[in-house]
Amino acid sequence: MVEKRGIGTIISHVVLIAGIAVMCFPIYLAFVAASVSHREIIRPPMPLVPGPHLVDNFVTAITEGTNVGAATMMFNSLVMAMGIAIGKIAISIISAYAIVYFRFPFRMLAFWAIFMTLMLPVEVRIVPTYEVVASLKMLNSYTGLILPLIASATATFLFRQFFMTIPDELVEAARVDGAGPLRFFKDILLPLSVTNIAALFVILFIYGWNQYLWPLLITTRPEMNTIVMGLNQMIPTADDYGNWPITMASALMAILPPIAVVVFMQRLFVKGLVETEK
Amino acid sequence: MEKRVTFDNKVLPYVLLLPQIAVTVVFFFWPAIQALYQSLLLPDPFGLSSRFVWFDNFKHLLSDPYYLQSFQTTAVFTIAVTAISMSFSLLLAVMADQVIKGSSTYKMLLIWPYAVAPAIAGVLWLFMFQPSFGVLAYYMKASGYNWNPVLDGGQAMTLVVIAAAWKQVSYNFLFFLAGLQAIPKSLIEAAAIDGAGKWRRFWTIVFPLLSPTTFFLLVVNLTYAFFDTFGIIHTMTSGGPGRSTTVLVYKVYADGFVGQDLGSSAAQSVILMIVVAVLTVIQFRFIERRVHY
Amino acid sequence: MAAISIRDVRKTYGNTEVIHGVSIDIADGEFIVIVGPSGCGKSTLLRMVAGLERITSGTVEIGGRVVNDLEPRERDIAMVFQNYALYPHMSVFDNMAYGLKIMGKSKAEIRERVDKAAAMLQLEPYLERKPRALSGGQRQRVAMGRALVRDPAAFLFDEPLSNLDAKLRVQMRLEIKQMQQSVGTTSLYVTHDQVEAMTLADRLVVMHDGVAEQVATPMEVYSEPATTFVAGFIGSPAMNILPAKVGQSGGEFQLAAGPAIRPRDIALSDAGRDVLVGVRPEHLAVADAGDADVELQVLAIETLGADTLAHGRLAGATNGGEFIARLPGGASLKVGDVLPLAIEPGRVHLFDAASNQRIAAAAG
Repeated sequence: MVEKRGIGTIISHVVLIAGIAVMCFPIYLAFVAASVSHREIIRPPMPLVPGPHLVDNFVTAITEGTNVGAATMMFNSLVMAMGIAIGKIAISIISAYAIVYFRFPFRMLAFWAIFMTLMLPVEVRIVPTYEVVASLKMLNSYTGLILPLIASATATFLFRQFFMTIPDELVEAARVDGAGPLRFFKDILLPLSVTNIAALFVILFIYGWNQYLWPLLITTRPEMNTIVMGLNQMIPTADDYGNWPITMASALMAILPPIAVVVFMQRLFVKGLVETEK
Repeated sequence: MEKRVTFDNKVLPYVLLLPQIAVTVVFFFWPAIQALYQSLLLPDPFGLSSRFVWFDNFKHLLSDPYYLQSFQTTAVFTIAVTAISMSFSLLLAVMADQVIKGSSTYKMLLIWPYAVAPAIAGVLWLFMFQPSFGVLAYYMKASGYNWNPVLDGGQAMTLVVIAAAWKQVSYNFLFFLAGLQAIPKSLIEAAAIDGAGKWRRFWTIVFPLLSPTTFFLLVVNLTYAFFDTFGIIHTMTSGGPGRSTTVLVYKVYADGFVGQDLGSSAAQSVILMIVVAVLTVIQFRFIERRVHY
Repeated sequence: MAAISIRDVRKTYGNTEVIHGVSIDIADGEFIVIVGPSGCGKSTLLRMVAGLERITSGTVEIGGRVVNDLEPRERDIAMVFQNYALYPHMSVFDNMAYGLKIMGKSKAEIRERVDKAAAMLQLEPYLERKPRALSGGQRQRVAMGRALVRDPAAFLFDEPLSNLDAKLRVQMRLEIKQMQQSVGTTSLYVTHDQVEAMTLADRLVVMHDGVAEQVATPMEVYSEPATTFVAGFIGSPAMNILPAKVGQSGGEFQLAAGPAIRPRDIALSDAGRDVLVGVRPEHLAVADAGDADVELQVLAIETLGADTLAHGRLAGATNGGEFIARLPGGASLKVGDVLPLAIEPGRVHLFDAASNQRIAAAAG
């Protein structure tokens, strides 16, 4: 280690603490805002220390909200995030298995078809995708929220990459032991993929939970809104209309589950993030 | 790279691929083809019928000053977000790489904002800079600065850039830190013995060795600023004031859903697809090379 | 248990034939070792017997049944892999039991068979461990146990000891031999290590470039190598092989390197024929100048303790003529010496220079 002493280290700590302050301040302020009254906020300066109304505001946000209570929206978000994460993992792991462990006509075509989805994010084909979903009568449904988003080139490539690292001898040993392709998948490949599945799940859960544009397009009924997109409709448009503490309480609830996932599963999260970008 | 050992089965691989391919075809390829097709059509004002107009939509689009302005807006936004976010993250990562005590706590406190949805990042920053009562807006005005992003396009742009950059810091920080920690300490020690000071060591040894990470993050950040920031724009400014924050992705949405100008929206989609395709190719070619680095 | 018969088996990848028609008949209970340098096709041959590679042409029979189109599991074989191929997420017990479970054996029978194999391999204390908690030698035993519990018609070993250190390799070599002798199961064993091959095999198959150059007992392979390749591959240091022309007398060989060699007990009738003369370094002894068959100019000496290796070239050699002699440990020599050497009677090997095949020579 070079020059790990005195002043340099202190500067590092100071810069880091300042950086963290910048990163954390918006959340702290949301927390303060969720603990005071709307009146206190719109008459500046607003307080910078928490007030007494935290519980009240959260209860109101959960049960009433603006259009619909946060409880309903949180549930919708949960269903969507889980559906997307599980769906993506399920269909990606089996397609990666097919591509790696079988030889068949059109194999490369399938590979490139999956690859192409990288080039077609929903943002660039908003209107026609909406039309497809509408014509399939999937508006305002969980299916409509989840299904169109579960194709995943990234997850497929990750599993493909991982399968390539599994020694060939393991397949051969399984074949000599009498295992067919499905049995090999269930008994050997799936158990070996557990860590990768978990890491991917963490990333995809956050991805699904944080979806904004897609629910905005296809959920028109408030009771189908997810919390992240529903929050947009809770932003007070004028000082006398709406309720900032309720909005900020809802915002805190919206970020809590993904943050909990990052904090409590940090190792899997980092692994997932790094692996999916390979 | 291919497996030497495979299973023989005529049907199973197709069954396994079916779900992925079905979703891909129905929700990716079909809409993309529709976008291509619609980009060549011009619907009448009532949306009852449409004419085939070849590339008129594109010609129209590329001579539309609003569209060209949107290109410019996107460029400014993307470059600003990437530059601010990456330099701030690099600074933090370099500092975090130096400290030993508390480094895991610092890391933890810096990476969680990754989990905040862009749309919510927008709400949080909007709240702080809300012109009439936002905390930061209040102090800016108290010190005599005329802060009003609802009316001032430049200020609105500043606001969305800050929110978008803030959201991406965690991601960049994580990769920069990993990149820094992968640099062999012996190289830095060798440079120190050669007499290079701290500053010089960073720019002549550390930064060049970090370049694969930096380039990778550059591509990722450009893609992020281009496509994943819709939520931020939509919650904070809705593209305003006066189109000053209407980036390309937002314009596709606004023209297609709000303005109901399907032909133009489809043509914009096609242009964006080309942009993503280029970015994807760059990313993959680069990653191929990164493997050999 | 069963006999295995490999008949004119060939393997082609695309347009390249890598196995050029190999035939081996393996008796019930016999231990056959296929040995050869890497890339000679020995593993491919084994994998074709296992059913892991398709057989391009020819037939493989196990127990009188042609198995060409059968899946590995239908062939009643067990295999031990080079890197063991243990399932990393399963305990030792589950690794050994997996094949039996798939066969649908009862829990009690699986338990009994695994316990029996574990006892034989001294694996009882480790049955609940995961493979990563085992040493290399223990993993190797588990891999053998997995083969053993199946009680198959044949064991196939694919370089099972090459991942072990030298000491463990010697020990496991013995254990494999003992295990095979006690269960008496027909075994086919692939290795590139000639010592492993010599010590384990009832019969050896020496492979080179997709051809089985010789199929014989270890001793036959050593004392009567069928080709120059076999002669050079088996034995260490390798046999001295020198190009020569048969002299007028038939008992004299004019070396291309210059000097002539006159073995006392061998002769070829066809004078002028191009041949290769082979002498193993250990079949040379220092002799009186009058009795010498060759003279070695010593260029380097390696002292091994029990033996001393004298490297050099034949005295008077103009080009080539590199030659090694293996002399007793106490031999006193130094670089620069010219040693008169006598060849042990009956130990000169002659090969045809064009075909590299052994020539049966008349005693001279």
